[in-house]
Amino acid sequence: MAQPGLEKKTSTKVEDQSSLKGTLASVFLLGFFLIITWVGVFLLFVNRF
Amino acid sequence: MHIHKFEKIWLIFGVTTLLVFLSVIGVSAFYLGNQPPSCLATINPEKVDTTAPFDKPGLNKVEGKEWDYELVYVASAFNYTPGEVEVPLGAKVKVLATTKDVVHGFNVAGTNINMMLEPGYISEYVTTFDKAGEYLIVCNEYCGAGHHMMSSMIKVVE
Amino acid sequence: MNSFVEKIKKVDSRDAKLGMAHFYVAFIGLFIGGMAGLLQTLVRSGQFTLPAGIGYYQLLTLHGVVLALVMTTYFIMGFQLVSVSRTAGTLTNKQRNTGWVGFWLMTIGTVMAAVMILLNEASVLYTFYAPLQAHALFYVGLTLVIVGSWVSGSAIIMAYVAWRRKNPGQPSPLLTFMSLVNTLMWIVATIGVATTVLFQLLPWSLGLVERVDVAISRTLFWYFGHPLVYFWLLPAYMAWYVIVPKIIGGKIFSDSLARLSFILFLLFSIPVGFHHQLMEPGIDPAWKFLQVVLTFMVIIPSLMTAFSLFATFETFGRSKGATGLFGWLKKLPWGDARFLIPFIGMLSFIPGGAGGIINASNQMNQVIHNTIWVTGHFHLTVATAVILTFFGISYWLIPHLTGRTLTKAMNKLAILQGVLWAIGMTFMSGAMHFAGLLGAPRRSAYSEYGGAAQAAEWVPYQIAQAVGGSILFIAIILVLYIFINLAFFAPKGEEEFPVGEAANTTEKAPMILENWKLWLGLVVLLIAFAYTIPFIDLIENAPIGSKGYKLW
Ligand code: HEM
Ligand SMILES: [Cu+2]
Ligand SMILES: [Cu+2]
Repeated sequence: MAQPGLEKKTSTKVEDQSSLKGTLASVFLLGFFLIITWVGVFLLFVNRF
Repeated sequence: MHIHKFEKIWLIFGVTTLLVFLSVIGVSAFYLGNQPPSCLATINPEKVDTTAPFDKPGLNKVEGKEWDYELVYVASAFNYTPGEVEVPLGAKVKVLATTKDVVHGFNVAGTNINMMLEPGYISEYVTTFDKAGEYLIVCNEYCGAGHHMMSSMIKVVE
Repeated sequence: MNSFVEKIKKVDSRDAKLGMAHFYVAFIGLFIGGMAGLLQTLVRSGQFTLPAGIGYYQLLTLHGVVLALVMTTYFIMGFQLVSVSRTAGTLTNKQRNTGWVGFWLMTIGTVMAAVMILLNEASVLYTFYAPLQAHALFYVGLTLVIVGSWVSGSAIIMAYVAWRRKNPGQPSPLLTFMSLVNTLMWIVATIGVATTVLFQLLPWSLGLVERVDVAISRTLFWYFGHPLVYFWLLPAYMAWYVIVPKIIGGKIFSDSLARLSFILFLLFSIPVGFHHQLMEPGIDPAWKFLQVVLTFMVIIPSLMTAFSLFATFETFGRSKGATGLFGWLKKLPWGDARFLIPFIGMLSFIPGGAGGIINASNQMNQVIHNTIWVTGHFHLTVATAVILTFFGISYWLIPHLTGRTLTKAMNKLAILQGVLWAIGMTFMSGAMHFAGLLGAPRRSAYSEYGGAAQAAEWVPYQIAQAVGGSILFIAIILVLYIFINLAFFAPKGEEEFPVGEAANTTEKAPMILENWKLWLGLVVLLIAFAYTIPFIDLIENAPIGSKGYKLW
């Protein structure tokens, strides 16, 4: 299938080309989500008899 | 095998989080006594009605134990005996249940009392009924055509 | 493109046929199972009763067996066979014939089990817990499905061994490696369920023995039941690690780390079945906790996967000139269904995984065990993350195998399908999660529980589930329409089977990752460690066994 907007571009070059800071931010957001949901249910557990 | 610096940071953070989770539930389970229901006692499922304490289903006051009452349930397709019980608010209760036929569930909705009843085994859980209200017990393991009709009621009253 | 290169990259037409046979069954299963799912949500809303004497639990058995056991297994076997054919070379006649024998064994077994369910002789749900007793032919059918999958699996093993022999000292192609890991895990895991079916349930249902040990049967089932979910998940991970990077035009973040994570799945997905039995009597809580710890180990490779995927996307986006913290997101090919559908699957795995950690957290399981929360959880994991990825795979794999192409119009429809799935599942699974926290039970037809106030609180959530279920069913109709188009009507042409390349091609995967004596040895050790003593306890302290019941 034709891939819209996927023509090979080789030129564009930016200074932070190899940076993975967005990845780090994303996984940490994921990590905080895991913590928040877990703590939420843990509190339910603690508050119930 | 090369691991990116950020991936190391992430894995250290992630693994630490998991260790914290494990420590919290580990301490809660082993030091504070919040183990999941794991009673090891067995029973002959064909003689439940004549085996103590299941010969007297219902709320029974007990003396000299860590709990004030024993709340005894017999489950069979598709009902629990007793069908309704009143528990005084604040009572420390050991809930005991077993099944006469197939596997049933035993979940007091909205509480942590949630256990599987398996033929041949006794299930038990000790807790303090510290919130007043009407609590529905539902069977939450499929047991046959009437499974969704199988319920009982606990009223925690002042 | 050079036609010689094209030839190498195309799955041989004889192997394609074998793959397609699997996919036909899988998509027929999707239709039947999806129909059942819709009816279930309608019944549970309280607004609808089933016609023609169909029982709710008969329907639910059909839904679980057809979707969770049949559809998944067929899709996975088909996908792995053609992936091996694509990356390790065309199957030999012997390997292909083995694949066909496996296919037919599974199919005979599926038909037997399905007939018994339709005759209402096996309304025991897909977990068939004793002492509910189904017709013996139901158990025979399930056995044939498992044995068939072993035969198909041996075709994959043979192809792997042949490749290694031809390429000494070389790491195997990544997709072949991953298919092999999943096959090995499946074989080790299914020994458990095969044992309980063949040695306990079948003789008992035939009347050869009177009683069955319920706790042992359940423990053997769950020894299989957890790796079952990883058997579903790993093919999706194959697509996420290897195929999606190629589709977007990027690279695999790290070939070695991908292999390492698969090895970790192989090691840790089996000795953890007790996390499904946390609420059960007869098992010492210390052993439960030990398996909880092992369960947490199997989260680690998923954490690695999350990083790798984000890194693949970010690296690609930045190579296209993206800047800022999240600028790379804009560079991803959102209009390409082959990317978007698996991507929605990845997103759904975030709440899915979060729920999984909660479920596995020992006593916290008391909050949600056997509530409808659990159903909400696995409709995010298997019925969204995995299944959407399978759909995303189908959108290029089916035309690749049938010599057709995915047209622009079908691509649009596929995107609509993915979006509808996301919306429908948000309603259905979200409502299931919340109702579950209130205590609403799973596996239950509509009930007012004698007018109890708590049960009345669950009803609005059940209506939301029916709304979600209806949207999902529309999405399923779209999938089937696209499938039929791609299999029979789409224009002839060449559709690519995308296989990604590693970002760092100079780094060769360590050969220790292919040392199966080591890994399988460790698998056996871990299983022995986690299960030996609890099993001895269960056998030594066993109560009198149970006679069979047919309570439906
Ligand atoms: C149209 C889409 C779907 C709808 C509307 C739907 C609906 C449902 C509902 C309402 C239940 C729970 C019923 C109950 O506990 O009483 C259920 C159970 C289940 N579903 Fe689905 N589902 C869909 C798709 C899928 C898919 C694609 C899979 C698997 C790949 C799947 C696997 C399962 C399984 C394993 C169960 C548990 C059965 C059991 O508890 O025995 N579902 N589904
Ligand atoms: Cu039940
Ligand atoms: Cu599991």
